[in-house]
Amino acid sequence: MDAVRGLAKTMFEDGYRFLTMSAVDLGDESLDLLYHYDKDLDLKHYRLTVKKGQAVPSVSPVYFCALLIENEIRDQFGVTFSDIVLDFGGTLYLEDDVRTSPFCKMSVTQIKKEG
Amino acid sequence: MARTILPFGPQHPVLPEPLHLKLTLEDEIVVEAVPALGYVHRGLEKLCEVRDYKQMIQIVERVCGICSCLHALCYCEGIEQMMGVEVPPRARFLRLVWGELHRMHSHLLWLGLFADAFGFESLFMQCWRIRERVMDIMEATCGNRVIVSVNVVGGVRRDLDAGQCAWILEQLAIVEKDLKQIQSTILSDYTVCSRTKGKGVLPKEQALQLGAVGPMLRGSGWAQDARQTGYSAFGEIDFEPVVEQDGDSYARCVVRFREVLQSIDLIRQGIAKLPAGDLVAKAKGMPDGEATTRVEQPRGELFYYIKGNGTKNLDRVRIRTPTFANVPPLLAILPGLELADVPVVVLSIDPCISCTER
Amino acid sequence: MFTMTKNVVRNLLTKSSTRLYPVEVRGHFDGYRGRLDNKIEDCIFCRSCQIKCPSQCITVDNKLGIWECDPYACVYCGICVDACPTHCLSMSKEHRKPTAEKSLIHLQGTPKKKKTATAKPDEAKDAEKAEDAAKPEDADQS
Repeated sequence: MDAVRGLAKTMFEDGYRFLTMSAVDLGDESLDLLYHYDKDLDLKHYRLTVKKGQAVPSVSPVYFCALLIENEIRDQFGVTFSDIVLDFGGTLYLEDDVRTSPFCKMSVTQIKKEG
Repeated sequence: MARTILPFGPQHPVLPEPLHLKLTLEDEIVVEAVPALGYVHRGLEKLCEVRDYKQMIQIVERVCGICSCLHALCYCEGIEQMMGVEVPPRARFLRLVWGELHRMHSHLLWLGLFADAFGFESLFMQCWRIRERVMDIMEATCGNRVIVSVNVVGGVRRDLDAGQCAWILEQLAIVEKDLKQIQSTILSDYTVCSRTKGKGVLPKEQALQLGAVGPMLRGSGWAQDARQTGYSAFGEIDFEPVVEQDGDSYARCVVRFREVLQSIDLIRQGIAKLPAGDLVAKAKGMPDGEATTRVEQPRGELFYYIKGNGTKNLDRVRIRTPTFANVPPLLAILPGLELADVPVVVLSIDPCISCTER
Repeated sequence: MFTMTKNVVRNLLTKSSTRLYPVEVRGHFDGYRGRLDNKIEDCIFCRSCQIKCPSQCITVDNKLGIWECDPYACVYCGICVDACPTHCLSMSKEHRKPTAEKSLIHLQGTPKKKKTATAKPDEAKDAEKAEDAAKPEDADQS
C-alpha cells in the first residue's frame, strides 16, 4: 500500500507519464486498481487489489493530473483516497444525498466521510 | 486587491458543451480555477453489463459525436486483441481512411469555433463550408454524416470501390485548394495573432508531467503521437508527428491546421496502397481476459481498458478520453491570464466534454 | 473605393452560394441510412433483428406475426439490415418527415407455421436442382 506513492515517485523521476487509473469490481468484496504509466509509447501497468472500504494513498501530490481520476473513482466505486490535492468530497458526479456507489456489484452502501 | 469568484460556464457561447469553471479573479487577472464536471454524464460505461459486446460498439460510438469512428475503432481493436482475431489488410487501410476523414472534419470544426471565439464569424463560416465537403464524402461512403458505424469486430461493414476512391481524391483536391486560400488568414492575420500569441503558454517541461495529450503536447514541443504505435495501417505508411515549439494557443492552432493538411496526404497514401481482400474476419468465441488499446483521436490520445469474463457481457470498459487528460493542464495555464482571454484559451485545448464524462 | 466596385460587381454577377432550400433540395447520396423499411411478406419472424438491435427498439411476435419498431428510439445504425437472414429489411435514403405526434411502425404479416417454413426452402431447392440438371422435360416444366 505504501509502495503506491513510492512507485509514483520513481516513475516521475524516470520520466514516465501518468496515463490513467482503472478500477474493476472483482465481485467478492475487493476491487482491482490498475495504474497505467507510459514513456515514449512504452506502456507499463501496475495492479493493486484493495478491499472495499480501505483507504488508498493518493498519487496526486506527485502527479497533479491524477486528481480528476481519483475523484471519479471515489464517486463511482466508493474507494477513499487520502490527501488528494483537490478533493471534491464525492460530489464530482454524485449528488450529496446519494448513498450507493453506482459501479459496485454488491449492494454496499458507502458511508460518506466528512469533507 | 479585491477577489471575485466568477462562474465560467456551464452555458457559454464559446463552449460547444457544458463545462463549469470557478475562476477566482483579482482585478481581472485569473488567480485560480476549479472545475466542476458532471453536466453530461450519461453512465455509458455501466451499460456494458446489460448489452452484449457487439451492441457495445454502437454505444461506444455515441460517447462523442465528433470522434465516433475512432472510439469504435479503439474498442474493436481491444476486443480483437482479446479474442485473437486478425483484421484483414484491406479493412485496416479502410479504417485508416475513415479515421483520417474524421480527424479532418473535427479539426475543421474546431478551427471554425476558434475563429468564432474571437468574433471572426466569416472565417468560421468558411471553415465549416470546407468541412461540408468532408461530410459529403462520409455520407456517400458510409451512410451517415457524423456517426458512421462502419467498424465491427474483425473489420469494416462497407467497402470503397474504385469509382468512390477516385471521387474522394477529387473532393480532397478541392478541399486542399480551399484550405490554402484561408491559410494566410488563419495563420497571419493581425487579429488572430494578437489574440492568440503568448496566451495560455504551457511550458515544455510541465506539459508531459501534467498529463497533456494530443495537440496540446505537440504544441509544446514533444513529438509524441499514438499513431506512432502503428495501429490499423499506420505501420505501413509514412507518418511524422506535427510539432510546434511555443506552447501557446497560436502554436496549438498551427498544429491542428497542419494536421488537416497531413491527413489529406495520409488519405492519399492509404488509398494508393489499398490492397484487395476481405472486409471482415470471423471472430470465434467470447472475449476473455484484459486488453488495453490506444488510438490517436483528433483531440489527443484515447485509451481503453477492456476486461472480459468469457460471457457475452463484458466486465468493465474503461475509457480515458483526451479531454479528461487535458483538463489538469488547463487548470495550470489559466492563472495569470486576463478574463477576456479565458474563453479563447479554454477553447484552444479543444474541450469535448461529452467525451470527458461519458 | 475602386476595389469595392470590383467586389460589388463580381458579387452581383455570380450565382449565390446558398441553395433556396424548400424549393431546391439536394437529396441524399445512395446508401444513406434514412428510414427502416420491412417487406413483411418475406419476413420469417426469426427475431434476429430484435436480438441484435443496440437500442432494443424492435419487437417481434412470431406467433401473431407482428413486427413493431419504434422509429424514435431507433438509432439508424443498420445492424438489423446486416443481420436479417432473408434480406427483407432495408434502409431507404429518404428520411422521415417531421410529424406532430410520436407513433410506432406496426406491421402485420402472416406467421409462418413450421411445416411451410421448411417446405418453402425445399421447394426452392428442388426447383433449382431441376433447372441445374438441364434435362429438356424439366426445363419445359419450370
